[in-house]
Amino acid sequence: MKVKDLLEHGFEALSLPDGDREIDGAYIGDLLSWVMGRAQMDNAWITIMTNVNVIAVASLADTSCVILAEGVDMSDELVSTAEAKDVNILRSNDPTYETAIKLSGLIA
Amino acid sequence: MSDALVFHFDVDGDNFTSAGQASTQVKRNLRQLGLPPAIIRRVSIAMYEGEINMVIHADGGTADVMVTEEYIEIILKDQGPGIANVEQAMQEGFSTATDSIRSLGFGAGMGLPNMKRYTDSMEINTVLGVGTTITMRVNLA
Ligand SMILES: Nc1ncnc2c1ncn2[C@@H]1O[C@H](COP(=O)(O)OP(=O)(O)OP(=O)(O)O)[C@@H](O)[C@H]1O
Ligand SMILES: [Mg+2]
Repeated sequence: MKVKDLLEHGFEALSLPDGDREIDGAYIGDLLSWVMGRAQMDNAWITIMTNVNVIAVASLADTSCVILAEGVDMSDELVSTAEAKDVNILRSNDPTYETAIKLSGLIA
Repeated sequence: MSDALVFHFDVDGDNFTSAGQASTQVKRNLRQLGLPPAIIRRVSIAMYEGEINMVIHADGGTADVMVTEEYIEIILKDQGPGIANVEQAMQEGFSTATDSIRSLGFGAGMGLPNMKRYTDSMEINTVLGVGTTITMRVNLA
């Protein structure tokens, strides 16, 4: 499944510079070094963290997209940074667990 | 490519919300060189962890990256407080990060272990009150 295909399933795009990227698995976490140590390339990364370091980690760890769960907000400035760094950011209004279950059904 | 390529960066110690610039630039350079994504990813993560550590724990430093046909070498050098007990610092979960740093998502005590995990060799030279130099290599051949 491509990142942009999630938009048809209740996920909202905040930044989508590379929507054709394929999602391969997922990782959930808010501690950045755990994400860098455990997430795999092309994973969708589900988190509730929304600071600028999230964008750097998503870029350097080469995840296919960041999915902000719980409907958390990201500032316009950070969304612009994500676009400039080629980082896809989506948002789900569901809690983290429900977001993961939904994603799991879609990418399985 | 017979000569080694070298990149030098000064890592600012004041502003760790913008930290990661050196690693981001290195990622871009390695992409332009056409290196495999898996290699770029390992170098990027190892360097970012080290760069963030210099900002958070050592008030900044310098980063030098050398790309040869056989390997990519990253040398991170700071004049920070040094690491009192390297063996302890290398353990997953050990961290002296403050609460404000933890609130940004750092401070899990996983940075140094990640640097080791993603590189083929890693050497830490540290002297209390003088600084820390970390040399990492990722093999290409
Ligand atoms: N360049 C450095 N100078 C001084 N102390 C350091 C340096 N790098 C690491 N340390 C010490 O080693 C500890 C462990 O580092 P490590 O990167 O593993 O974890 P962390 O930075 O605390 O958290 P995380 O990397 O998970 O965000 C740090 O908390 C700090 O006490
Ligand atoms: Mg660290």
